[in-house]
Amino acid sequence: MISTTRTFSSAIPAGFAAAWPICLGYFPIGLSLGVLAQKSGLAPWQMALMSLLVFAGGSQFIAVAMLEAKGAPVTIVITTFMVNLRHLLMSSSLSLHFPRASRRFLALFAYGVTDESFAVNMARFNRGDWDRFSALTLNQTANATWFFSSVLGTYLGQFIPTGGYGIDYALTGMFICLLVFQLNSAVAAVTAVFAALCSVTAYLWLPGNAYVIVASCLAATTGFALKRFAKKRGSCS
Amino acid sequence: MNNRDYILLVVAMGVVTYLPRMLPLVLLSRRKLPGWFAEWLELIPPAILSALIAPTLFTRSDPRILSLGKPELLAAIPTLMFALKTRSLAGTVIIGMLSYWLITSFL
Repeated sequence: MISTTRTFSSAIPAGFAAAWPICLGYFPIGLSLGVLAQKSGLAPWQMALMSLLVFAGGSQFIAVAMLEAKGAPVTIVITTFMVNLRHLLMSSSLSLHFPRASRRFLALFAYGVTDESFAVNMARFNRGDWDRFSALTLNQTANATWFFSSVLGTYLGQFIPTGGYGIDYALTGMFICLLVFQLNSAVAAVTAVFAALCSVTAYLWLPGNAYVIVASCLAATTGFALKRFAKKRGSCS
Repeated sequence: MNNRDYILLVVAMGVVTYLPRMLPLVLLSRRKLPGWFAEWLELIPPAILSALIAPTLFTRSDPRILSLGKPELLAAIPTLMFALKTRSLAGTVIIGMLSYWLITSFL
């Protein structure tokens, strides 16, 4: 009992602490989203509502641009769906780590699944020092940063200086390191290299964000086939 | 766009964003997945992280073309080396930002 309480009370600060690279990356991006939104005529409450209900950076930028261009609402919703469909893969992959969580917990956790929270949570789950409450705290901390920075952007408008000190690179740097954490086998490394090739090719040839899903499915399947093939060869010899 | 239409729009955007995030977690978490599927899912993280980063490093958007000398790619070299060597997230983020900052200010 005591140990459960101790785990729980240290899980939340751990989630906060692990969120810092995400927050550092989100803050300037959220601000610039707010600035764009304000310029395209959205009120602060409208930005707040979108960041709260959608919480998906890329598609919010697209939505703001489409709203400014008087795009049809149906088109905006379909585009949002397509852009965010990649989270289907991330949630499937994350589901391996929640064997005992309640449906209510999962429904709440799912709200905060983004590229960034997925990457950090997966790395920590693999390291083995992570539990679901840390993961939930990380998601909500990232979400709060996104919410406040995007709303702040609508108030500050053009007074914001554009990113100095390489802050634009914070998320890329984080992703590079988290990718390194995932390279724990030869198969994983081959999968990652192949995914990069597929992704660049698909990015150049396919419209929108389809490249993420196409490339990761192709590469994971290739890696899987390779692993099975190697296993078969190993068991024959 | 009036307020009612705007609210409807963001609610619809929220629903189509939330469902792909929620359904796999709720449907798959408490189930014993077939071995091959779990094995395939374990390869999704390296695949998806690499697929997310690669176009940032190797291409330009608008129009989408291959580009092999971007500051993002140059900064990725010391960043990747540092990450491989130290496996420190904090250090890698800082080295990444520093490299990118130096490259964009002096090149």
